[in-house]
Amino acid sequence: MSTAAIETLPRVEPQASLRHQYVIFAILVALAMVMPFAIYPVFLMKGLCFALFACAYNLLLGYGGLLSFGHALFFGSAAYVSAHAAREWGLTAELSILLGTAYAAVLGLCVGWLAIRRHGIYFAMITLAIAQMFYFFYVQAPFTHGEDGIQGVPRPPVFGIIPTVDDHVFYYIVLAIFLASFLLIYRAIHSPFGQVLKTIRENEPRAISLGYRVEHYKLLAFVLSATLAGVAGATKALVFQIASLTDVFWAMSGEVVLMTLIGGLGTIFGPIVGAFFVVGLQNYLADYGSLVTIIQGVIFVFCVLVFRRGFVGEIAKRIGKPL
Amino acid sequence: MEMKLLAGPVVALALIGAPAYAEITGDVVRIGVLTDMSSLYADNTGPGNVAATELAIEDFGGEVLGKRIELLTADTQNKPDIGLSVGGRWFDVEGVDVIAGASASSVTLAVQQLAGEKNKVFLISDAASSDITGKACNANTVHWTYDTASLANVTGSAVVEAGGDSWFFLTADYAFGYALERDVTAVVEAAGGEVLGSVRHPLNSSDFSSFVLQAQSSGAKIVGLANAGGDTVNAIKAASEFGLVQGGQKLAGLLVFVMDIHSLGLDVSQGLQLTEAFYWDQDDKSRAFTERYKKKMDGRVPNSIQAGYYAMITHYLKAVEALGSDGPGDAVVAKMKELETDDPLFGKGHIRVDGRHMHDMYLFEVKAPSESQGPYDYYKLIATVPPEKAFRPLEEGECPLVKN
Repeated sequence: MSTAAIETLPRVEPQASLRHQYVIFAILVALAMVMPFAIYPVFLMKGLCFALFACAYNLLLGYGGLLSFGHALFFGSAAYVSAHAAREWGLTAELSILLGTAYAAVLGLCVGWLAIRRHGIYFAMITLAIAQMFYFFYVQAPFTHGEDGIQGVPRPPVFGIIPTVDDHVFYYIVLAIFLASFLLIYRAIHSPFGQVLKTIRENEPRAISLGYRVEHYKLLAFVLSATLAGVAGATKALVFQIASLTDVFWAMSGEVVLMTLIGGLGTIFGPIVGAFFVVGLQNYLADYGSLVTIIQGVIFVFCVLVFRRGFVGEIAKRIGKPL
Repeated sequence: MEMKLLAGPVVALALIGAPAYAEITGDVVRIGVLTDMSSLYADNTGPGNVAATELAIEDFGGEVLGKRIELLTADTQNKPDIGLSVGGRWFDVEGVDVIAGASASSVTLAVQQLAGEKNKVFLISDAASSDITGKACNANTVHWTYDTASLANVTGSAVVEAGGDSWFFLTADYAFGYALERDVTAVVEAAGGEVLGSVRHPLNSSDFSSFVLQAQSSGAKIVGLANAGGDTVNAIKAASEFGLVQGGQKLAGLLVFVMDIHSLGLDVSQGLQLTEAFYWDQDDKSRAFTERYKKKMDGRVPNSIQAGYYAMITHYLKAVEALGSDGPGDAVVAKMKELETDDPLFGKGHIRVDGRHMHDMYLFEVKAPSESQGPYDYYKLIATVPPEKAFRPLEEGECPLVKN
């Protein structure tokens, strides 16, 4: 990352009061509880999956300063494994999601171990290259069914008892998964581990001189981010009952960068706003065909020029509190 | 539960011949055209499908049973997940009664399952996989224009008869490609030919050189193109650059449309034999339709898929009229199967229990540049194949509806 980009990141003082964040969180949870009565639940579930994906990505880019351009690999791979587990092996929903997540974690460990040895653009290119290698593997591998994707994935009951076929019921399960993962990210950011991560982002040589083994911290952040991206992908496969090449394609890696930047890099709530914004655009502009990508591009350019801190980042700066 | 309680009296009323009362959900019949508007099949489907649907709605005066007909369109970008999310939103939120579509076979199979779950109607013209009326069939689907089995039966047997008894396939790597390769292989082997091998290429490829080289080194007499749209065009161009035909091999385009010939030009494509269910210059009725279509589509002519949209939407609206209702989906499709089909483009026909529409298929040969009278005068008719010979027999499809 260039130093110019880092300067736009909000600096969180350790002693800053975080009470307003709890209030916002409580409001968001309350809103999320009643939303499915007003809005199509499948759309909300899609939004939640992508919000989690963006939050996981934000942990790496916003707090670790590591720009990965291959995060679709973890998202899509977990989707394939969870879809395959539910459809071919008949596992229950929570086991399918766990299996997909575990696979993403292992992949994250391998890719991260290799990639964190380089910085900046080289780091981004290594992650992109590995993600594309896996993409072509998935194109050819028989279990992914090529262009068709794994279709007709069942929605098995959670723990074998809670039915998930009804969209409204499944929404609350997805919401629970999202909230648990979100709290985990929140905890990680505000732990000593998170503080060290931010130190490395601000000034890596200084962190080394203080005696921190920065590559351990970076690797842990990478694996954590990949794992949570895996949770999002594995859940999405059960929501849409399909796992397809779209989820592992490089465009998906770009999309998550877009969501994080639009919402606000290095903010707690930014990626959620960004994800719902981008998913909403795709959903409501699908009727305009190829214009969707053009409109997205224009918005992206506009955001970079006008509010460089993203929606939430700008608000945080106005009110002078971290969000 | 409520549906079941109501079903009894409704059936009873229908049986004693009481006049059907108009029960149109939301007081509007919503038709969703879900197709490829921007990717490699857009020339053969896309805006042309929308235009043909509009013509069908126009012929009903924009309303059925006194209720307005509304048209929605969306682009699948040939991605199953996009097709599923748009389809789900249309059925659940926007009150769409029938989806016509849905570009590639991968998307179509996904939406077919969705239409079954939601008990709506799904009309298919774009997609070719014969699994749609085979293993994947359901009571909510009608498959109109063609399928891989009919392409194989008509093109495959004609080519083998002409001496092309050893084959190599360039296959698009998804459901449609596999189904086409499988169906043609069966026809070729039944006719005494053999298949030497095949290579799979990703959907929407631009570089066919390595695949064409493999086809050349196979030594097969016929190189079968088990792909469509932009892929077929690119493969034929690559084959002509590598001198495949000059080397003594022949190309068999298994799914080629009139717009593909238009973009290739007659120089490259002359002599190619192909199967289509409709040609714009067939008779007065098809020419009259083409004139109306041209006005909407900047002078382009319709292909069989687009003609299929006109025909199947027309038949759907007739069935809604006869039933007096636009739902539930399986009831409307049952009515569509019960009524004989009759429209200006496909003539008289019927829909089989597995959802397949039965009509003639035609084997055409592409004219040489000297034979062509003008733009879009591309085909000469070689053979007309009756439906029983063109389509797969009902009992071979493994469709669960047939056993019941």
